[in-house]
Amino acid sequence: MSACSGRADIISTVEFNHTGELLATGDKGGRVVIFQREQESKNQVHRRGEYNVYSTFQSHEPEFDYLKSLEIEEKINKIRWLPQQNAAYFLLSTNDKTVKLWKVSERDKRPEGYNLKDEEGRLRDPATITTLRVPVLRPMDLMVEATPRRVFANAHTYHINSISVNSDYETYMSADDLRINLWNFEITNQSFNIVDIKPANMEELTEVITAAEFHPHHCNSFVYSSSKGTIRLCDMRASALCDRHSKFFEEPEDPSNRSFFSEIISSISDVKFSHSGRYIMTRDYLTVKVWDLNMENRPIETYQVHDYLRSKLCSLYENDCIFDKFECVWNGSDSVIMTGSYNNFFRMFDRNTKRDVTLEASRENSKPRAILKPRKVCVGGKRRKDEISVDSLDFSKKILHTAWHPSENIIAVAATNNLYIFQDKVN
Amino acid sequence: MGTMFARGLKRKSAEDGEDVEGGLAGAQAMPSYSLQRQSLLDMSLVKLQLCHMLVEPNLCRSVLIANTVRQIQEEMAQDGTWRVVAPQAAGRAPLDRLVSTDILCRSVREQEGERPAPDAGDGHTPDLVPGLATVPSAQALRNPQSSLWEVDSSRENRGGFQKSLDQIFETLENKTSGSVEELFADVDSSYYDLDAVLTGMVGSTQSGHGSGLQAFSPATAAPPSSSCRSDLGELDHAVEILVET
Repeated sequence: MSACSGRADIISTVEFNHTGELLATGDKGGRVVIFQREQESKNQVHRRGEYNVYSTFQSHEPEFDYLKSLEIEEKINKIRWLPQQNAAYFLLSTNDKTVKLWKVSERDKRPEGYNLKDEEGRLRDPATITTLRVPVLRPMDLMVEATPRRVFANAHTYHINSISVNSDYETYMSADDLRINLWNFEITNQSFNIVDIKPANMEELTEVITAAEFHPHHCNSFVYSSSKGTIRLCDMRASALCDRHSKFFEEPEDPSNRSFFSEIISSISDVKFSHSGRYIMTRDYLTVKVWDLNMENRPIETYQVHDYLRSKLCSLYENDCIFDKFECVWNGSDSVIMTGSYNNFFRMFDRNTKRDVTLEASRENSKPRAILKPRKVCVGGKRRKDEISVDSLDFSKKILHTAWHPSENIIAVAATNNLYIFQDKVN
Repeated sequence: MGTMFARGLKRKSAEDGEDVEGGLAGAQAMPSYSLQRQSLLDMSLVKLQLCHMLVEPNLCRSVLIANTVRQIQEEMAQDGTWRVVAPQAAGRAPLDRLVSTDILCRSVREQEGERPAPDAGDGHTPDLVPGLATVPSAQALRNPQSSLWEVDSSRENRGGFQKSLDQIFETLENKTSGSVEELFADVDSSYYDLDAVLTGMVGSTQSGHGSGLQAFSPATAAPPSSSCRSDLGELDHAVEILVET
């Protein structure tokens, strides 16, 4: 499944809704495309529900900040779904500056038989109306419409990197490089600042917020990660401004691995609570780490995503790849974690068996219903037939965004401007 | 390549390599580390300036690069005292620590040694006035090393790199206010010092508020006073254009 090529179609975020029925993607051009899973029919049992385009709409447009003489990109940084409460679907989408709440609803009937206007909508002369009738709803072709219900603007000086819906379903937070704001869905003209790490003197700035997320069950609790590789757990009950954390997660540095790039590669690009709420997972440039909320001094698990890049850091710094922000996701049962890499590779780690696999999202290797073949990167010495050497890796093909169905083994992988949906056969 | 290192860093190699027996290996290794580090510093400074584009720069990236610059400068400042005490030990320890970048940085040096400057017919650039380690990096700016770019986007990067260099000089005049300049206000004095030493572009004139880009601005205002300037070749040419406009 793929979109047409072109830079504006580069997918910048992927997210399943809470049931997995819908899959939303946002792209660099400010568009949101929602896919819906086909109802599985009894006639075609072998054809598991496939995802088809359900709705497409322009969420954000490019803007110009006249004060700073800078463009504001329309690229969708994040999409987060709200849990479904009625027939309509709601999602939050954000670019660097503005968060919007979108309502996606179906219309399959339309009213006919108005009194005051005719079928084309033209007003009728009241003098010609002699009888009254009740308009009736007649079926029409299904139309899916997306309407912006709220626009949460002008609350962020810096670029928004995260949004997270609270488990109370009444509030959500938006985080930029230096601040985190708490919003009520009903109120768009003000937000509550809950974290502010902006120093009084900007010259002293050495650390930024890179990601933030609410705890899945405790509506007072959230985490945010930093460019220095630390995670802070905050409790909103403790104080209004959560500058003081309740917990501080940081792994001591390994002195034998120290280089000028140590800090850069320790910068956390994504943080995600497990579904259980007992663990957090963080992604830095070379690893994925799982932390137990009860242990702050080191992660309980560390997985090497592409350690063969460690000797290439200088080159990756030069071409800016070292600043790529990879995301990471849990599967529904928190037993497997997944993250992307280069060359359109993505990696899965089974936390129980400790097995891992590298797969590739590419058209050549993926025929419909074909089984993905595990890939391997050769790190030196003799290269086997199927292996690919580190120097042959394509660093322009990076998988930054992936998503995992909340309950089934279905994954969505964004490879530049193509979206791949795999039904994973991992048990 | 070995001789280039020895000549390039008169400060270290001439003293150490000759004095300490068996220290030749150490002397050759140490300049290599210093050049690598210098190259990294120069690269980082260029990256920071490339931030001034149409869209607001990525603050996280800028902060990480600025922190890297600070680390390098702190280490360079410390080296100033270490070198006198135990040059050999100081030479080996930093090299070990930089092991992860060694391979690639070395390839940068090899590239610059092999590749002649396009406009400098006699290839005089390696014979720089010692201490001006920036000239190899000026080469780096002018000749985006194709083999360093491992990615397919290298095509785009090569052209883009040259273009970006032009942007740097263009944006020197357009001082956009914003968080990036604020951010680098304090490292600017370090930039300034480093640039004053290395490029000779900035004379004794102090820039007004010491913002990172404005460290270059005296080049537009005052004629460069350092005699080193005449050796800079292409960079010199670019500066002259700036001064005249």
